[in-house]
Amino acid sequence: MTKIYLPRETTTLSLGVEELISAIEHEAAARGIAIQILRNGSRGAAWLEPLLEIDFNGKRLGYGPVTASQIQSLFEADFLNAGEHELKLGEISDIPWFKQQQRLTFSRCGEIESLSIDEYKKHGGFRGLSAALKSSSKDIINIILDSGLRGRGGAAFPAGIKWQTVADADADSKYIVCNADEGDSGTFSDRLLMEGDSYCLIEGMIIAGIAVGAEHGFIYLRSEYPLTKIILEEALIKARAAGYLGNTIQDSIHNFDIHLHIGAGAYICGEETSLLESLEGKRGQIRFKPPLPALKGLHGKPTVVNNVITLASVPVILAKGAEYYANFGRGKSLGTMPFQLSGNVKHGGLVEISFGLTLREVIENFAGGTYTGKAIGAVQVGGPLGAYFSGKQLDTPLDYESFSAAGGMLGHGGIVVFDDGVDYLEQARFAMEFCSVESCGKCTPCRIGSVRGVEVITRIRTAENQSERSEQYDLLEDLCETMEDASLCAMGGLTPMPVRSAVKLHQLLTERTDETMRPTNES
Amino acid sequence: MSLEKDLDYGTPESLCQELISLEIDGHQVVVPEGTSIMRAAKQLGTSIPKLCATDSLEAFGSCRLCLVEIEGRRGTPASCTTPVEAGMIVHTQTQKLAKLRKGVMELYISDHPLDCLTCSANGDCELQDMAGTVGLRDVRYGYQGDNHLNATRDNSNPYFSFDPSKCIVCSRCVRACDEVQGTFALTISKRGFESHVSAGIEDSFLDSECVSCGACVQACPTATLMEKTVIEHGVPEHSIETTCAYCGVGCTFNAEMKGDQVVRMVPAKSGKANEGHACVKGRFAWGYASHKERILKPMLRSSIDDPWREVSWEEAIQFTAKKFRELQQEYGRKAIGGISSSRATNEEVFVVQKLVRAAFENNNIDTCARVCHSPTGFGLNKTLGTSAGTQDFISVESADVILLIGANPTDAHPVFASRMKKRLREGAQIIVVDPRRIDLVESPHIKAAAHLAILPGTNVALINAFAHIIVEEDLVDWDYVNHRCDKDLFENWLAFIKREQNSPSYVAKVLGVEAETLRKAARLYARAERAAIYYGLGVTAHS
Ligand SMILES: Cc1cc2nc3c(=O)[nH]c(=O)nc-3n(C[C@H](O)[C@H](O)[C@H](O)COP(=O)(O)O)c2cc1C
Ligand code: SF4
Ligand code: SF4
Ligand code: SF4
Ligand code: SF4
Ligand code: FES
Repeated sequence: MTKIYLPRETTTLSLGVEELISAIEHEAAARGIAIQILRNGSRGAAWLEPLLEIDFNGKRLGYGPVTASQIQSLFEADFLNAGEHELKLGEISDIPWFKQQQRLTFSRCGEIESLSIDEYKKHGGFRGLSAALKSSSKDIINIILDSGLRGRGGAAFPAGIKWQTVADADADSKYIVCNADEGDSGTFSDRLLMEGDSYCLIEGMIIAGIAVGAEHGFIYLRSEYPLTKIILEEALIKARAAGYLGNTIQDSIHNFDIHLHIGAGAYICGEETSLLESLEGKRGQIRFKPPLPALKGLHGKPTVVNNVITLASVPVILAKGAEYYANFGRGKSLGTMPFQLSGNVKHGGLVEISFGLTLREVIENFAGGTYTGKAIGAVQVGGPLGAYFSGKQLDTPLDYESFSAAGGMLGHGGIVVFDDGVDYLEQARFAMEFCSVESCGKCTPCRIGSVRGVEVITRIRTAENQSERSEQYDLLEDLCETMEDASLCAMGGLTPMPVRSAVKLHQLLTERTDETMRPTNES
Repeated sequence: MSLEKDLDYGTPESLCQELISLEIDGHQVVVPEGTSIMRAAKQLGTSIPKLCATDSLEAFGSCRLCLVEIEGRRGTPASCTTPVEAGMIVHTQTQKLAKLRKGVMELYISDHPLDCLTCSANGDCELQDMAGTVGLRDVRYGYQGDNHLNATRDNSNPYFSFDPSKCIVCSRCVRACDEVQGTFALTISKRGFESHVSAGIEDSFLDSECVSCGACVQACPTATLMEKTVIEHGVPEHSIETTCAYCGVGCTFNAEMKGDQVVRMVPAKSGKANEGHACVKGRFAWGYASHKERILKPMLRSSIDDPWREVSWEEAIQFTAKKFRELQQEYGRKAIGGISSSRATNEEVFVVQKLVRAAFENNNIDTCARVCHSPTGFGLNKTLGTSAGTQDFISVESADVILLIGANPTDAHPVFASRMKKRLREGAQIIVVDPRRIDLVESPHIKAAAHLAILPGTNVALINAFAHIIVEEDLVDWDYVNHRCDKDLFENWLAFIKREQNSPSYVAKVLGVEAETLRKAARLYARAERAAIYYGLGVTAHS
């Protein structure tokens, strides 16, 4: 009986995977063929989804992207026995998109049946936990420190230092909070991991709990991820039944349980302090720091707030050692990062690679250029608060330091590509508008400033003459300075990043056009 | 008698014992650990611009005017939310800060009506002050942008008006209602530019849970929340300190006046009972002060059948003194006496008894509290040697478990209730003994550990049952008993209290409360590090 893998995952679902399954079952029954359909997660190659895989003599062969209307022809081509078909992709591990990756955190994602604990264990799952159960809190934290793991949610703060702070804090209870609000436009790595390998996140959270002495963990899940919610709920039930959650996990002295909390549906609830307010049942409004959440977090108790990918990278570090992980990457950006390619690209999706490839290499090697076929105009990296990089800056290496030196940030690893038809001033205006829509409204620079920003940029567009326009440019720069330096949190504080970088690109372009239009005296 | 305004240090005082020394604008200052930079600066006489901070509320960090620079630190942290650290070197005035503050004020004013001259807060508005302080001269955004200038006014509350077109969304009102008053009637609705103050869920103030204490009005830095009397009469010019006579809390107020006309009553921070807070009665219900029926001149009449005749104070006092003396001459020294009122202040009561003892030369002085409080007065006197309460109001801030019996502070002594609720929100527990389900049994952010809804008139049985449980379960503080109690009398009492009639199972029926519930409550009380009892007329006014 051939095993067929089809993802149970949001993108694939939107591409009609359920209809596909009915069609396969129907066709197989009509032909009297016994098949077994297993549900894995997506491997992240969104451009190949729905990616149908078969287990052929222990090898995984892929066909995709498959639609229900092609099922009949697939059966006719005897795909169950690796028959030739126009959709046949060959062995998965040979496909360049996957071959060029270094999948540490996502090693199982797409490979295994996502909710099977047995499969999870067969593929190295819970080995990190076994190691953690044999280690002291101090040892675990040292391994995380040595691995160089930094927060993958945006701020890139060293995870080990955060854990250390919480572990050292004196309190009757402590918490682990997983930030799964994934609000950045152009990002989906958290979701792919939670849908495809939820035990990996659960394992990471348990290890974090053991390391800092917390007995309760919370996953704050983006409300727009209904399928993820269902999958996580099932995973939590199974993990509890198998003794991985609850009291005396795996017969150790440790207790740890995880509670799933559905987010309030606001971008700002992804910011950690706002998230904690929301988790406490309050309005998602930013808290000032200090005190840091690591000392006064959920309900005023020391709390680790980590992104999904940060926590899901912990098991492999514990299982294979700090050195193994730190051998990937470079400088202070160690390990791997799941980058997410979207926007105007031929091939969108997630690629997990070591830090250090250039932006150009990633776009060329994986994305296959723009979808429209035009030249790349700009790339926004790091979500809606990230900078726009021009075609000339594409050789910037993808690591934290290089990006910040270039005036940008890696953030959560979102890479959104625009072709050269993009209207940069509109992108700048959009950045201000995004801020005005998503601002929590607590502080003045962001609450009023973002609205004024939209108005000023609109006036730049409609200015009647150069002097009017440059007046508005000056005002915009002053506003950006006020927002950057005076805002309470990074929402208002970082909005100038996309605004300034897009405006700069716009100015370069308009100056160039002005120049070409200007009559030249020399000739 | 100028207008006394309490100094505003921006953030609450830190009670920490550790002292921290730092430098602000070149001057050394020593403050308790946990003090904000803003407060430390104020202690030096340096006012850092601010709008969202006020020392009756916890720091919030939203207006971003109070930014400072700290040597060796990145960025421009807010001085209201940044605690002092040893050796810090802080600059409160730099070019960079001046530009940022002006930038923030420019944004504020781009969404604010330009009617300062006709505004009810003209001369008493922190927004106006700050525009001046930062030197704002121009709003380059213009006034055509998106704004809230057409937001509609809510005049539903009889005492104050809410004009959201002037609101700067600093949340001081919301926080005052939460932190100071403890009613939680206000919130900020929506987010971003649409954020606005909302009473209840977009109710009017009158329809919301608001109890008209006025804490929000006092906290508001602009004319958004404003006393209607100020709107009518303009800002006051001098103030006189006085005490509210409505209830036994005895809140201190500054009566803010124009000539002899009260314009508003502002609770004084120096008042030990109220520390700057008030209730609707003291703050707003002072119409009697200038009511036409109020008697302002002494009147005399020779007999009950004669009409009253207005006289001078001189004549009235002479007449009364003469009559009193005549009565004493005719019937003896003890023929006259005085009764004072619980509505009077301690100082007034003191003067009355002084008059009786020194001038009347007898001890015929009593107070109306005798009627209500004699049972407890007697009991306290017998057991503790004085017939007064043993604690001041501030001590509620140290209580871990509160036993509240026969009192309903939120209704009867609102300002004290606010202080008690604040302590409960900090984690203290309360046992409510009352036949009624009063607010302190359950209200926003308050949930009593136990509500012993005893049948009316069974307080004594309950107290004895409590004592019985404490003795039976050996929760007695023997150290205290051995050091402070009369051994024989205590033995006597022990024998009595151990009797079956005082056991919880015996009195459960009498009280209408289950024995186990009594036991749990008694244990909670007895095991607390610092337990406190608050009682009221509900226990004392029973025959
Ligand atoms: C406006 C804003 C939105 C954010 N949204 C997210 C988010 O959706 N997911 C996330 O993990 N971190 C988000 N962050 C970052 C978090 O505040 C925080 O740094 C992170 O959860 C810490 O986890 P890490 O150290 O593992 O990255 C956001 C930050 C800001 C300022
Ligand atoms: S910067 Fe914006 S999102 Fe952050 S606290 Fe201020 S208003 Fe809220
Ligand atoms: S008057 Fe008092 S109760 Fe009413 S909203 Fe203001 S603070 Fe709250
Ligand atoms: S009503 Fe007054 S106190 Fe409340 S947010 Fe507006 S300006 Fe601030
Ligand atoms: S609580 Fe109210 S009535 Fe009592 S003294 Fe204070 S202001 Fe007056
Ligand atoms: S006074 Fe500090 S931020 Fe408003």
